[in-house]
Amino acid sequence: MNQSEMVRSEHEPLVETIDVKTHFKTPRGIARAVDGVSIQIRRGQSLGVVGESGSGKTVLSRSIMGLLPRNGVIREGSVRYQGQEIGNRSDKEMQSIWGREMAMIFQDPMTSLNPVMKVGKQISESLRKNLGMSATEALAVAEKLLHDVRIPEPARRLNQYPHELSGGMRQRVMIAIAMACGPNMLFADEPTTALDVTVQAQILELLSEQKRERNMSLLLVTHNLGVVAGYTDEIAVMYGGKVVEKAPTKTLFANTKMPYTEALLSSIPRLDQPSHSRLSTIPGRPPDIVHPPKGCRFAPRCAYVRDLCLNEEPELQQADSPDHTYRCFFPVGSPEYLERRVELTRKGELVASEGSN
Amino acid sequence: MAGTGKAHLRDDQNVLLRVEDLVVEFPIGRTGLKVNAVSGISFDVLKGETLGIVGESGCGKSTTGRAIMQLPSPTSGSIMFDGTELTSLSGEAMREARTKIQMIFQDPISSLNPRRNVRDIVLEPLSIWNRGTKAEQLATVDKILEHVGIDPQRAAESKPHQFSGGQCQRISIARSLVLNPQMIICDEPVSALDVSVQAQVVNLLEDLKKEFELTLVFIAHDLAVVKNISDRIAVMYLGKICEVSSSDDLYRNPAHPYTEVLLSSIPVPDPTVAVKKVSVDGEPPSPVSPPAGCRFNPRCPNASDRCRSEEPTLREIEPGHFVACHHPLTGGEAPVTVRSN
Repeated sequence: MNQSEMVRSEHEPLVETIDVKTHFKTPRGIARAVDGVSIQIRRGQSLGVVGESGSGKTVLSRSIMGLLPRNGVIREGSVRYQGQEIGNRSDKEMQSIWGREMAMIFQDPMTSLNPVMKVGKQISESLRKNLGMSATEALAVAEKLLHDVRIPEPARRLNQYPHELSGGMRQRVMIAIAMACGPNMLFADEPTTALDVTVQAQILELLSEQKRERNMSLLLVTHNLGVVAGYTDEIAVMYGGKVVEKAPTKTLFANTKMPYTEALLSSIPRLDQPSHSRLSTIPGRPPDIVHPPKGCRFAPRCAYVRDLCLNEEPELQQADSPDHTYRCFFPVGSPEYLERRVELTRKGELVASEGSN
Repeated sequence: MAGTGKAHLRDDQNVLLRVEDLVVEFPIGRTGLKVNAVSGISFDVLKGETLGIVGESGCGKSTTGRAIMQLPSPTSGSIMFDGTELTSLSGEAMREARTKIQMIFQDPISSLNPRRNVRDIVLEPLSIWNRGTKAEQLATVDKILEHVGIDPQRAAESKPHQFSGGQCQRISIARSLVLNPQMIICDEPVSALDVSVQAQVVNLLEDLKKEFELTLVFIAHDLAVVKNISDRIAVMYLGKICEVSSSDDLYRNPAHPYTEVLLSSIPVPDPTVAVKKVSVDGEPPSPVSPPAGCRFNPRCPNASDRCRSEEPTLREIEPGHFVACHHPLTGGEAPVTVRSN
């Protein structure tokens, strides 16, 4: 029995959410930003959370970390960290977790850094507060951290202000701050969206390297499926506050079930297509989370929609493997899907890139 | 020869825009130093063509776009648009010329006045230039709003914040179209948008280009988007052009090492493709003191002594494909040029 317990704890998730709901009170009514999400992240594993603006991906990561205002927010469900419930803790109780156990990096490195504080001081702040280091000790560690995130001349950078650094360098400083106290769980919320493609590749590389070296878990939030493809073990696709498909990265790409995931994938412009090829798009816009549509939330924009989809909400179903789940009545590859696909191709509504699959 | 050459300029009567030896410098306070944003570039755009300009932040691509509009006027160089030299126009004449060249910016929300309703925003260019009666103006505005997929009725009642980012970009496009311009300069028009919305805006621009017989200059850092929309692409690095080619050719046969770096940085949406190791470190050096010789040499994996001393000029390596590199990936070594002072 002892042995089986040990095996279990190894496979036990580091972070787990069970039916988490985060609703905001707005003048128009209740906005269901996150509406019943259950995910698990194991130690050393990376999870990509993908979705369009307003899908709830940012609110989900903030809900796990407890970084939401107390007023006007309705929180339900359970958030567990190393088996302990943390969803109901106060900000004061969370202090011991922030920085040391979980850390977050944000999209815009300029506005997340303090413009009037030197870089060295910003990094050493959490070291002094959380780990009780002296100022000199903390600065020495800060210099090493800057070196770890590949910033040239780290000693000189300690005395610089954020405006003296480029966007990519600032994002590296943000990563150094997040890494400072050696967290087990790192949340990266669109960490590369504001950066150039070349720098984006460097930052993603750096994140996955740090994750490997520190055996850290990573939750990578992005709107671009292309970005997460090479850097995550598992992907959860969110739509209208719900996870609509979740699978190991390779399975998700090879065996896409949800028409929404398929549509997201085919809207990425690909280099191997000739120029001026028509990009496939998702018509319409994300659902109104105050008054979400009845039935499947993606139904109004789905090319494969049927009456059932408009009236009934699909439950989470299991695909061919137990770790692959999706929410759809007529998934990619089902007879109904194929039938509709033939119709669409005949009408010329499917663009070349999609039709070639 | 200090510039990057003009071998790629075309002698065609269909040339709508011809930029030669464009230099834009910004002085830094009273230090006597200057930022060399654009250092002597030349390019042309034919009627009905889409020219893509790609490069990293700080390579001068946006400055180039703005210099065409004389916002601000370039330090030196010539900009011929439809037979008119824009750099020598008076303020009033330039104001008039700007109606033929319009611009769309990156952040669609901050480029629209938040206090006005959307229909008035789109109408404003027409009322400034007194084009037709009020009724005619409104008819034009409604027609164009419908073209870009915005409901005119809703536009008359709503302010920009009531629209999504993608819709605001459509509104900016509508505003740029009402004066019936010949050319639109798009400065990172889709960088701030979700991928799914990006595709919608790119498709819209392609449709409008055909319908309104537009010529586009499309500036962006994402080569995948630029490749899709452009006929011809100019790759910029630190104020210089390193490669000019048709967009399909550029992807098939990148000749400049920098172009290859840009191409390999684009994430491939396929987990079975191994992530390519980034072949370039660091970031572009400061444009205040650009490196001697080829400006890419400090980061280039193939740099030789020649690259550190002699600046390469653009030369044709195959028909329509030009590269400024001593050791291009295709097309052989550059001939040694006799330097005259």
